[in-house]
Amino acid sequence: MPDTTPVRADRPGGLLLPRYRRDDTAVHPPLLSPGYKSTVLRAPAESPVLLPQTLTEITGPLLGEGRVTAADADLSRSGDGEAQGQRIVVHGQVRDSDGRPVPDTLVEVWQANAGGRYLHKLDQHDVPLDPHFTGVGRAVTDSMGRYRFVTIKPGAYPWRNHFNAWRPAHIHFSLFGRAFTQRLVTQMYFPDDPLFPYDPIFNSIPDPAARQRLIASFDLANTVEEWALGFRFDIVLRGTEATPMEES
Amino acid sequence: MTTSVPASGWDRQTGLTPAQTVGPYLGIGLPWPDGPFVVDETDPAAIWLRGRLLDGAGDPVPDGLIETWQADPQGRFDHPDDPRGAVAGFRGFGRCPTDETGEWAVRTRKPGPVPGPDGRPQAPHIAVSVFARGLLHRVVTRIYFPDEVDANAADPVLVGLPQARRDTLIATAEPDGYRFDIRLQGEHETVFFAV
Repeated sequence: MPDTTPVRADRPGGLLLPRYRRDDTAVHPPLLSPGYKSTVLRAPAESPVLLPQTLTEITGPLLGEGRVTAADADLSRSGDGEAQGQRIVVHGQVRDSDGRPVPDTLVEVWQANAGGRYLHKLDQHDVPLDPHFTGVGRAVTDSMGRYRFVTIKPGAYPWRNHFNAWRPAHIHFSLFGRAFTQRLVTQMYFPDDPLFPYDPIFNSIPDPAARQRLIASFDLANTVEEWALGFRFDIVLRGTEATPMEES
Repeated sequence: MTTSVPASGWDRQTGLTPAQTVGPYLGIGLPWPDGPFVVDETDPAAIWLRGRLLDGAGDPVPDGLIETWQADPQGRFDHPDDPRGAVAGFRGFGRCPTDETGEWAVRTRKPGPVPGPDGRPQAPHIAVSVFARGLLHRVVTRIYFPDEVDANAADPVLVGLPQARRDTLIATAEPDGYRFDIRLQGEHETVFFAV
């Protein structure tokens, strides 16, 4: 974390605050991505207005303590039984774009079951629900920014965006980081999915190299013998400039 | 055997992770039972902050999520990066999914003024993140208050906006709090910010 030496509030020029790097619009998908039809009426038409980063933006909710138990990171069992499907370990490190680990931050995940169906009343995909799978998990990163979930590999599912549209298998990830500026929701994909070329959500990310960063790596070192395949998914949030700058 | 990653240790890849939509089933993953309650239901000074999330056709967005982040009534944050010192006890964070009519509601207290870039107070405001199916990245806005006419008139963020657009950021008073509708697109599109 940056050295944010407290400065008196009456100091001329105001408060000395950490300054987060501006979001990189070349990395994120454009909000209007017509191949993904739901963006057409929901993407704002006006350009966003640049907001100075004030105390409101460089702080943020520090959640997790008292909200998450170790069992919340194990999605592979629910109630009195184990979920159907291929058991996997999904782990990784949350860092900022300056390479600093992001410790003690809440990571929330949700996903479809092995057949490709969510435990949601609006998901009527014609495959069975699994009584032992809720598809919801939470964890808090450790002092090195690491997290680890045990779950099952989600199935692909159809979504009616266009003829024969199927989403590649994915796990939704939600992260808070340390500040309002760092908030991120994304999706983790699996290596070598044949559906990648056809998915407008994955391909909404303009830079192919950035797109690849959403694909987890198979991780033999974290594969558990005779039990579960390992996948690694590192997540990078916006960093701060090295030296706190006076706001301008 | 081929492995695409080192068997041990962490690499130093620092390219930002791109955003993706929350999709239509965010309702299983993100809401919390106490999410809408920034303050306890019994707090005598609590207000309701509510509104609708609407798309470019004026239709409700039933698969969205609103998150709020704000200072306490004294303008302080429970956060170590506040150089004035963290003040514990106020969560400051609210989270509410939208219902089938696009409506959301958060129970909170009105924030106090927070110092701005030059050290002078900003008008009281609440930072908002909006997530939904069809939003490939969150959009960010701010809620200001209709009973802060003088502070709003002096606020550097509000003053920088054309009057018609400025009004999209000012909540309206209701008997038990305030209403703040969010229009993602079209006439009276809400001002969204790059932070």
